[in-house]
Amino acid sequence: MSSDDVWILGIRMTKFGKRPDDDVMDIASEAALGALADGGVTMADMGVLAAGNLMSMGAPTGQLLQKQIGQTGIPVYNVSNACATGATALRTVIMAIKAGECDMGLAVGVEKLAGAGLLAGGSRKADSDTWQPKGRYGAVASVDGRIGTEIMPGVFAQIGMEYGHRYGGTSFELFARISEKNHAHSTLNPLAAYTKRLSLDEIMNDVMIAYPNTRPMCSANCDGAAAAVVVSDAKLRTLDPDQRRRAVKVSASVLTSDPWTESCQVLPDVNTLTRRAATQAYEQAGVGPEDLDLVELHDCFATAELVHYDNLMLCPEGGAVDFFESGAPWRDGRLPVNVSGGLQSKGHPIAATGIANIWEVCHHLRGEAGDRQIEGARVGLAHVIGLGSACGVHILEKAA
Amino acid sequence: MPDQVPLVDYLALSPEPHLVAHECDACGARFFDRRNACASCSGTSFHAVDVPTAGELVTFTIVSFAAPGVPVPFVAGVVDCGGTSVRANVINTDPDPTHVRTGMPVQLATFVVGTDSEGVEAVGFGFEPVEATS
Ligand SMILES: [Zn+2]
Repeated sequence: MSSDDVWILGIRMTKFGKRPDDDVMDIASEAALGALADGGVTMADMGVLAAGNLMSMGAPTGQLLQKQIGQTGIPVYNVSNACATGATALRTVIMAIKAGECDMGLAVGVEKLAGAGLLAGGSRKADSDTWQPKGRYGAVASVDGRIGTEIMPGVFAQIGMEYGHRYGGTSFELFARISEKNHAHSTLNPLAAYTKRLSLDEIMNDVMIAYPNTRPMCSANCDGAAAAVVVSDAKLRTLDPDQRRRAVKVSASVLTSDPWTESCQVLPDVNTLTRRAATQAYEQAGVGPEDLDLVELHDCFATAELVHYDNLMLCPEGGAVDFFESGAPWRDGRLPVNVSGGLQSKGHPIAATGIANIWEVCHHLRGEAGDRQIEGARVGLAHVIGLGSACGVHILEKAA
Repeated sequence: MPDQVPLVDYLALSPEPHLVAHECDACGARFFDRRNACASCSGTSFHAVDVPTAGELVTFTIVSFAAPGVPVPFVAGVVDCGGTSVRANVINTDPDPTHVRTGMPVQLATFVVGTDSEGVEAVGFGFEPVEATS
């Protein structure tokens, strides 16, 4: 008897880092062809393709990819959802399969981002020579830097500092120690953009971007792609035992946007939609945070990782500092978080991130993570958040 | 005294400088931008309300690395003004974590952003620490 479960059949993440000789399609093709080969299938088996590439500004990424690896005429969805773009592509394929439109599909996220700067705010234009109110706030001049900040390191710094104000226990050093963990974890990940362990001193004394986030506490801009092949339960049952054995069950796939909260239009509220997504995901999967063997969460900044311990309910409400201080999220701790190195060290090629985190979890559930294998991992959670906001949470389980 | 215009339309300069929000008639949600409808309840009628000029700094960052043309360092934060959250810079204090802390009481203050070719000043706002009175 087949169920309405869906499975990851094949998945691939490329090396993250600087790839000056490759264009977007080189990197996307490597991930897509790699995922297909990993699943033992080809483009001819795919019934749907969803693709994301945030920096392409509306280019038909999926069709451009097809023109390199296989124009089979299947429906293509080009998706864009900030840093949750990859998770959105994956979820689009999952929805198509759950809707019965096809029994197999491919999701791809790719980005060329090495050397990019702050990715927000833009340059401040010179003030005009007569004041003319413009836009929804009737501003007569640029407000970035005059009424708060629009840069991501500053926005997420405030999100972490707000948590500290509410619950106490945070400090510059605490946030830096979270980054120290992730930079230590990536030393075991050959696909990470950075694999050099950094001392706490090195992290704290690096260039300050937006207090308390120094440069290594910010996500690393880099090139990279990730792709996944999704298959229905009924189709999986017709495949070879080896394909079935390595398939990873998608126990929950959830996407939320931010509901209105009092301050959400003043400072993005990344907490409420993440908590809602996590709640729905645990319910869908029939598991709780205590059942997780590893978590890949969206540590776009060290200050963000802390609040998501709480939002994903890895600790009691208000207990994120204690959770970190207990050593739990280190790879030898009770609940390893970001053993890949996370966005701060593995890197953050934006549209790839929401599939790359799934790849990391699948790698462990399949027992194929090599030196950084979390022994006996059976259940993992992958989380991304894109400001705007969109939150994707997937819970994955090893094949029984 | 030259003519003045506010940096943004939700800053009222008289009688004393203060912020004005659009409050939803139906649910009381407050917004500073021009509205199509309420993000909380989808209501479409609003009235103007004055926001208290004193509040508590609930979070901040000290931006040291910003977009080209934006002078650094500066302190950006969120102030809770009697239940209404306001985005603003913390001004008239040293931009370092020994002088700025969450929970500190602050009050609205204005500053001149610049003067245009017709001699009109644009006036911005921020929040400054309230001096502890002994
Ligand atoms: Zn309303």
